[in-house]
Amino acid sequence: MGLDASGRWKWARVPQQVRRLGIVFAVLVVGLIIARRLLIPATFGERGHYRFAAVSTIAALPTRYAGHDACEPCHVPIVDKKGASYHRGVACEVCHGPQAEHVVDPIAHKPPAPRTRAYCPLCHGYNPSRPTGFPQIDPVLHNPVRPCITCHDPHDPTPPHPPESCAACHGEIARTKAVSPHAQLPCTQCHEVDRRHNVSPRQLRPTKPTTRAFCGQCHAEGASSAPEIPRVDFATHNPSYVCWQCHYPHHPEAR
Amino acid sequence: MADERAPSGKPIPARAAPPLPHDRRAFLKACVAAGAAPLVSGMVVAQEPAAPAEGPRYDPREHYYGMGVDVDKCIGCGRCADACKAENNVPRDSHHFRTWVERYVIREDGETDVDSPNGGIEGFPERGGEGGALRTFFVPKLCNHCANPPCVQVCPVGATFTTEDGVVLVDEDWCIGCRYCIQACPYGARFLHPTRHTAEKCTFCYHRLVQGLMPACVEVCPTGARIFGEVQRRSSPLARFMRFNQMSVLKPHLNTDPKVFYANLDGQVR
Repeated sequence: MGLDASGRWKWARVPQQVRRLGIVFAVLVVGLIIARRLLIPATFGERGHYRFAAVSTIAALPTRYAGHDACEPCHVPIVDKKGASYHRGVACEVCHGPQAEHVVDPIAHKPPAPRTRAYCPLCHGYNPSRPTGFPQIDPVLHNPVRPCITCHDPHDPTPPHPPESCAACHGEIARTKAVSPHAQLPCTQCHEVDRRHNVSPRQLRPTKPTTRAFCGQCHAEGASSAPEIPRVDFATHNPSYVCWQCHYPHHPEAR
Repeated sequence: MADERAPSGKPIPARAAPPLPHDRRAFLKACVAAGAAPLVSGMVVAQEPAAPAEGPRYDPREHYYGMGVDVDKCIGCGRCADACKAENNVPRDSHHFRTWVERYVIREDGETDVDSPNGGIEGFPERGGEGGALRTFFVPKLCNHCANPPCVQVCPVGATFTTEDGVVLVDEDWCIGCRYCIQACPYGARFLHPTRHTAEKCTFCYHRLVQGLMPACVEVCPTGARIFGEVQRRSSPLARFMRFNQMSVLKPHLNTDPKVFYANLDGQVR
């Protein structure tokens, strides 16, 4: 096919239908090559089965958070203060929000600061799912209404004046004690409290009375206390137990 | 001849206006060129974005990133999910998250409750009264940046891919929004952007990594529950974290080879 009498190949001797088919195939192949060039983006396949230019598009996106290193050069005193406090691991932008703009133009973009009671409990509100030992308060009971920053400096959250009254933390006990026969007694009457307990409660726990004689100062038969205080014969009244094992002294019915 | 000047002050080339073509061939050529120009230029714009303005040259081949999560340190404050939305312009609704915090409650009857109200951004409300809790904890979730990612396998157009530094990204200019990858992800880490209609997911804040910054969630985590760094470099904080803790990954049986490693992970976490 396509060969003349002398054995040379001649296009004119190829049957017409085959020639036309050849042209159709040629057009298809060229069309495919052109379509492929047009449709597949330039950097596709450069580093894998993807458009490599997309990586630089994504890498060029703007950042909103400047990062904790950006704060240090200008805010040395606060950064130092925070660095020595319990909040040393908390980046400035956790509370002050994304501040990349502030780094660029510190005058025009002032960082906001959450000053309400709503913000701090996001971390420090009591939630049983939080890890044991993480400092938590009950926002309803813990010094209600007052903003957290009246007592706690967020850059050094240990309260400078430890809670005046035990009720700041032990509100439930304080409320039951207030209606119990022991309402007039200060907590320190029975509990020895180290000052450091106010600052880091778990480090030094208050003591409890360990002897029967302690309660006996008021409740023993021969005690020199007011006559209306109930008396017990300490020699016969369950001598092998400490009093608070049976009588809960904070309860109204502490009998 | 006086020096002709354009308004910009640059000299105009001598043959500024060539004579208009009058033959048919030139006319057709001009027509084709005029018709194709917007098409071609549009594609060129989509293909060749401006190079990022980086200081030191960033070479992705020098890095291989992963993230560690210490479940025992997570306090469920949701600052990570909040920062992620701010940093990455994620829609501010309660359905679209690149990272979120889940609360697990394993009840006394053995059932497990998992919830994540608004990703944990506004905190976790007190749990309803069904059954006491045997144990309960928070688990931050995000794209696991699998070394063997099912989402990349199923993408029909090659719009999602793993970079050389081990980050799984989405090419939003190339994504056709078919949602195959969203179906394929066993961790539920992908979503369709409600207005762009392209797939979206955590990028490990790739735009921050190239600048030497930490991802936004790691930056703001107040307890250091998230540790980011090189998986293979022994000196990196992540490698150290992985040496000192028993590591587990989510759904190891799926063989996706995740690069988000969890420490102190409860067996109930899925």
